[in-house]
Amino acid sequence: MTPSLLWRGMLAGLVGAFVAATIALIFAEPSIDAAIAFESARAAHHMAGEDVELVSRATQKTYGLYTAMLVYGAGVGGVFAILFAGMQGRVGRAGPRPLALLLGLAGFVAIGLVPALVYPPNPPAVGLHETVRLRTAACFALIAWSLLAAGLSLFLWQRLAGRLPATDRLLAAGALYALLVALAAWLLPQIDEVPAGFPASLLWRFRLAALAVQGVFWLAMADLFGRSAERLMQGRAA
Amino acid sequence: MTVTIAANAAPRPVPLPIPRPIPLAEIAPWAVFAALVAVILLYFVSTEQGAFALFKGMLVHEYVHDGRHLLGFPCH
Repeated sequence: MTPSLLWRGMLAGLVGAFVAATIALIFAEPSIDAAIAFESARAAHHMAGEDVELVSRATQKTYGLYTAMLVYGAGVGGVFAILFAGMQGRVGRAGPRPLALLLGLAGFVAIGLVPALVYPPNPPAVGLHETVRLRTAACFALIAWSLLAAGLSLFLWQRLAGRLPATDRLLAAGALYALLVALAAWLLPQIDEVPAGFPASLLWRFRLAALAVQGVFWLAMADLFGRSAERLMQGRAA
Repeated sequence: MTVTIAANAAPRPVPLPIPRPIPLAEIAPWAVFAALVAVILLYFVSTEQGAFALFKGMLVHEYVHDGRHLLGFPCH
């Protein structure tokens, strides 16, 4: 059962990533191009020599984009399937499809949305090269903390079963998650590296598109996985 | 496989049966495998030739560039 679920999760991740990459190609690439144009204009001001182009823009925004998304999708889809396998029948009373969708929603919130509220995705031209290590460490620490907080909230939600009404259980678990994440946002370093003159509307459009791409990935992956897991598990009904 | 009727299925009209939990001991080795695969795959999308570099140059970075930006990882 577990290997079949794992396989389906990775496949659902690949398909979800393909859909998300297509959304990215249509809705996000224009703002990435605009940000690169801003970067080039600024670089032309400061220094004469332009970097040697290793990978052309045409490749970056097609094959490169799809490859990155597919690799990400396969990795995330596999772990998603394992979490689903462990939670099915143990957490709540949701059947395979609702559980998969709820887990997808949780994944989007804990890995995509909430970390993006603290450290929003940045287009090219935003961010100093010297701080990439600090920013990477802070970004991963935040995602890890967010996942831990989500796990603790789920644990609290489970423990409160029968002690509080269903709505209050949800509120308590949500409040714990929000508190823990707010604490991390307060402790982690502030990063303020948007260059002067970078259009605010372009920054917003890029970030919105990035969130949309991630939302589409999680939704498509979770729904596809839920559908195939439901079929697979029908024979396993209690 | 024994077939029993779930206790919580009684009051609802036609409830969809909830599958039995998969034993954790069966999941564990696959969990390790999936985690390992994910760490390797995600490392190359998110970090290689950014904060750390296993390979020289910027080819991997430049190739996954747009995806890395859109997935919210610090790129450069």
